[in-house]
Amino acid sequence: MMTQATSSQFWLTRPFGERATQTFLGVLFAALLLVTVLHLAVPQGHPLHVNAYTVNLFGKYLSYALLAVAVDLVWGYLGILSLGHGAFFAIGGYAMGMYLMRQIGERGTYGHPVLPDFMVFLNWESLPWYWHGFDMAWFAFAMVLLAPGLLALVFGFLAFRSRVTGVYLSIITQALTFALMLAFFRNEMGFGGNNGLTDFRELLGFNLRSDATRLGLFIATGVALALGYILCRAIVTSKLGRVCVATRDAEARTRFIGYRVERFQLFVFVVSAMLAGLAGALYVPQVGIINPSEFSPLFSIEIVLWVALGGRATLYGAVIGAILVNYAKTIFTGIMPDAWLFALGALFVLVTVLLPKGVAGLLSHLKRRKEDDHLPKEAAV
Amino acid sequence: MSLLQSLKARDRVFEFMAPEASPVDVRHGPILYMEDVTVSFDGFKAINNLNLTIDDGELRCIIGPNGAGKTTMMDIITGKTRPTEGSVWFGSRHNLLHMNEPEIASLGIGRKFQKPTVFEALSVFENLELAMAADKRIFPTLTARMTGEIKDRIDDVLETIGLTALRFQPAGILSHGQKQWLEIGMLLMQRPRLLLVDEPVAGMTEQEMERTAELLTGLAGKQSVVVVEHDMGFVRSIARKVTVLHQGSVLAEGSMDQVSNDPKVVEVYLGSDEEESA
Amino acid sequence: MRRFLSLGLLCLVLLSTAMTAQAQSDPSTPDDQAALALLSALDVNSYRDKGEAITAILQSDDERARDWLQALLDGRLQRADDGRFVLVLDNRGRDWPVADALTKESLGDMSRRDLDRIGINNALRNQLRSAIAVVDLYSPNVERRRSSADRLLGEVDGELAETLEPVIAEAEDDHVRMRLTQAVAIYRAEQGEMAGVEALTGSLHPRARVALGRAANSDDPIVADAAAAALAGIEQQLKINRGLETLYFGLSLGSVLVLAAIGLAITFGVMGVINMAHGELMMLGAYTTWMMQQLLPGQPGLALILSIPAGFMVAALVGIAIERGVIQFLKGRPLETLLATFGISLILQQLVRTVISPLNRTVVTPEWMSGSLVINDALSLTLNRMYVLGFALVVFAGLMLIMRRTRLGLEVRAVTQNRAMARSMGIRATRVDIMTFALGSGVAGLAGVALSQLTNVGPNLGQNYIIDSFMVVVFGGVGNLWGTLVAGLSLGIINQVLEPWAGAVLAKIIVLVFIILFIQKRPRGLFPQKGRAAEG
Repeated sequence: MMTQATSSQFWLTRPFGERATQTFLGVLFAALLLVTVLHLAVPQGHPLHVNAYTVNLFGKYLSYALLAVAVDLVWGYLGILSLGHGAFFAIGGYAMGMYLMRQIGERGTYGHPVLPDFMVFLNWESLPWYWHGFDMAWFAFAMVLLAPGLLALVFGFLAFRSRVTGVYLSIITQALTFALMLAFFRNEMGFGGNNGLTDFRELLGFNLRSDATRLGLFIATGVALALGYILCRAIVTSKLGRVCVATRDAEARTRFIGYRVERFQLFVFVVSAMLAGLAGALYVPQVGIINPSEFSPLFSIEIVLWVALGGRATLYGAVIGAILVNYAKTIFTGIMPDAWLFALGALFVLVTVLLPKGVAGLLSHLKRRKEDDHLPKEAAV
Repeated sequence: MSLLQSLKARDRVFEFMAPEASPVDVRHGPILYMEDVTVSFDGFKAINNLNLTIDDGELRCIIGPNGAGKTTMMDIITGKTRPTEGSVWFGSRHNLLHMNEPEIASLGIGRKFQKPTVFEALSVFENLELAMAADKRIFPTLTARMTGEIKDRIDDVLETIGLTALRFQPAGILSHGQKQWLEIGMLLMQRPRLLLVDEPVAGMTEQEMERTAELLTGLAGKQSVVVVEHDMGFVRSIARKVTVLHQGSVLAEGSMDQVSNDPKVVEVYLGSDEEESA
Repeated sequence: MRRFLSLGLLCLVLLSTAMTAQAQSDPSTPDDQAALALLSALDVNSYRDKGEAITAILQSDDERARDWLQALLDGRLQRADDGRFVLVLDNRGRDWPVADALTKESLGDMSRRDLDRIGINNALRNQLRSAIAVVDLYSPNVERRRSSADRLLGEVDGELAETLEPVIAEAEDDHVRMRLTQAVAIYRAEQGEMAGVEALTGSLHPRARVALGRAANSDDPIVADAAAAALAGIEQQLKINRGLETLYFGLSLGSVLVLAAIGLAITFGVMGVINMAHGELMMLGAYTTWMMQQLLPGQPGLALILSIPAGFMVAALVGIAIERGVIQFLKGRPLETLLATFGISLILQQLVRTVISPLNRTVVTPEWMSGSLVINDALSLTLNRMYVLGFALVVFAGLMLIMRRTRLGLEVRAVTQNRAMARSMGIRATRVDIMTFALGSGVAGLAGVALSQLTNVGPNLGQNYIIDSFMVVVFGGVGNLWGTLVAGLSLGIINQVLEPWAGAVLAKIIVLVFIILFIQKRPRGLFPQKGRAAEG
């Protein structure tokens, strides 16, 4: 609550003054360093050695964590439960995938200098217009942010302008990602249909199959997570962040004191979509494939669960939740795949009913207990 | 507004930086002017041919039985409800029917709701900060910094509404009366020309009521204040001029004594049972 | 009997029955000699001659003609080395069981090398098919006569046309007469005869259109014009019929949407929460139907009827469990409720996968629901869809009654409009919540029972409907059953209208985009609630 002490600072550097952010960044960089050292310096076969597969897995978790931060920004602070953030993630991923496809060049199965394999397979004569430019890294990387941002802009403009909120908005976002999934399944869309984009070779000249590149991507994802976190933190600690919280709790009231609520919602929604796109772009080279299943409503709603489990409106909670759930998923699907959906379903119910503030809420509760015995009479928020 | 203050407000030093909304023109007297306003919901006329004029700096009380259209009238002024017929002017320059809610708010009309709504997750200080008259577009809001001047202004208002001690507490923990004052404080932060106050003392203790009466009478003169209230004792304690609404139109207008001796008003209040409706 | 009516050629009929018995012992009866002559005429090299031989067989009025012709068509009429004609009964392996073509007596197995097939070409195949159809026209079985008449469309040639004329005059069955008239008219129209063109005017059968198309290219300008005019008329008719068919499919899809959405509309209207497990409650209804059919093998109809109350009960009980177990703890937190019920939907799906099977189960459609109602050559309405449409309307009417005429309905409407006010008037909102949730869930179960007759019953059945159902609710306006009905049916129709030119996937996308844009214009749906309460 006590933001007065630091709020005279420049908005982007404001988060560095917070203890929570300092702790978060410290833990994150320590983890990055630790994994790197254990991977490079500890010899293979040693029990502490972290192999390339695990590094890759961690990299995947970190990109999910960034995605979760993006969702927490809109859900936790703005009260917009987006069940379609997977769509922005996937679009960012496709933008990256298109770049990686173009990088394959003549090394594809059919050896066509320009057309990706699946287009040759479909007997396409030339590259569709929207594939142009993706051979240039800067263009593709710009699209990673702009394409999801644009979709969020158009969609959000329509939705917020007519004051579609609450459950309505949630379902409409779900419909959005569902419609996109159907669309991307079509071969005619020119995104590889069912199979999506895969068989990538290199990124910016680095071989995607080498261990060094994997480590590099892992670190890059960690840095992106840190930057995304700082950006979100800067937004929520600014006056704009307080307008968001005000909108979340009493939208009509916020409008009455003179804020164009729909514009604030749109702004934050677009920023969040761009972060999700970035997360998708970092995810794709690490898993080596992007296909329409990333658009599935189930995935989008799973992201929300990560945030709910970690604790809403904390940002670091989202990171904890994303890593916890996905780690559990890796373990579960390894030993008893059938049980995973039971566990996931039960998690949804348990978190919403028993742990509405998530792990982060639990942590701060324990911490407060430790700090002072007489609990402050904090009202339910 | 003192010279110093107007110099500090940068957008007033240079003409071209002035916000587009031109100031309210009250040279002709009234600050609010409603003429022949009618609103119907599915054929039911919540407001029926209402005429009302509020002078600049006036403190006006509006009374009337349930369903008389008091809340709907407020909704019209603030742009929440559009009338079926009639015209509503703010000063002699601004047609309120052509504006949306934020535009009307930024013009200087503040409204306090029947049920106090404050931002419970934010501190008292932050509630006032958000309400403050400022550039409320996105990027200025994002990059806004806390300056000494803003702090002083907020402290002034905190003083006025008597919540200085609770400034860093989340608004959610305030008592009912404190929330009402905070809401009035938030209105004051907007430097409104016209304050609409809906049932400010409902559910208040005797002391809280006295404190509120003090607050409202203190505001009149600087701002125009319209108070809708059920509590006759409270109205009597603050009112100079009273308007009685009945079935969506004005039944009587005048001083409290004049109004309470008006036979039509007496009849409405004695026979008010049949008017009870949701 | 029918032979007398027949081609009226040979008159050996009186004899033939008496002589058949004799023929078995003595192969050289006059009857069999004639038959042998008929068959021998087939064993020539010229296809032309074979064709004539087939005509001769057809006209011979021999009892066995159909079998011979069918065998010839199937390549099973063969000549043995000893000169006898045999019917091959099974032509697998090296030795084939055969029967004498004349006596039908089994002759044991014969080596395939001792047999010589009587070959035919495509022209002969066509001729054979129509010949068999002509023979079938005299079958005592009316169904067989009808189907053979159907098969003759477009197969008629000059000779057959003449053969058929008297048959038409004597046909007892309307359908047979209509079809044969058409068949002859098709031939005549193709020959460029005016009579044929006139007779085909208004006929919707595709073969008739082909014939008219040929007649339109006739050298005779009068015939050509008449044919073109007839074609245009038919096109018009077809367009109307296609429109009606689209409408029917649209209404059918719409009725499913209504069934799926109406339960959701009730729970959403009253409690303001989206029950994401609604689709899974439908799935449970569908599985109840399957289960009932397993319990009552051989009686799919009875099982289906019993499934209606059973499906309702199962879904309603699960619904109550969901409400008591989860939703009641999440009052006033609609988004959390959405997440929790989504979790429940995952559990229910996985439960079905684990306990029953991840594969689709087949639910039998009872006799009286299968088949279709044939309106004309271009339009037939499948019965199962019609039943579902009717069922949806009955369920709707039932809910309407509950809402309008019962105490529960009154309380539900009160809680929908203003929860706090209803509670302060002594309505026990909690009880209303439970009852509404049970009702909404039960209706989902009913939807599942109906759906089991239209689609595969599998663990994913419900998933496909939750978004669509919600769209219907949003489109129709919350808290208004009429809105749900109109929205469901119209969305179904819109979908079907779009599908032909946009494709199924694109049609779905267009509908979703349409609804998103629609909410722009009317955020409260087609039939919004008005007044102060709705503003809150």
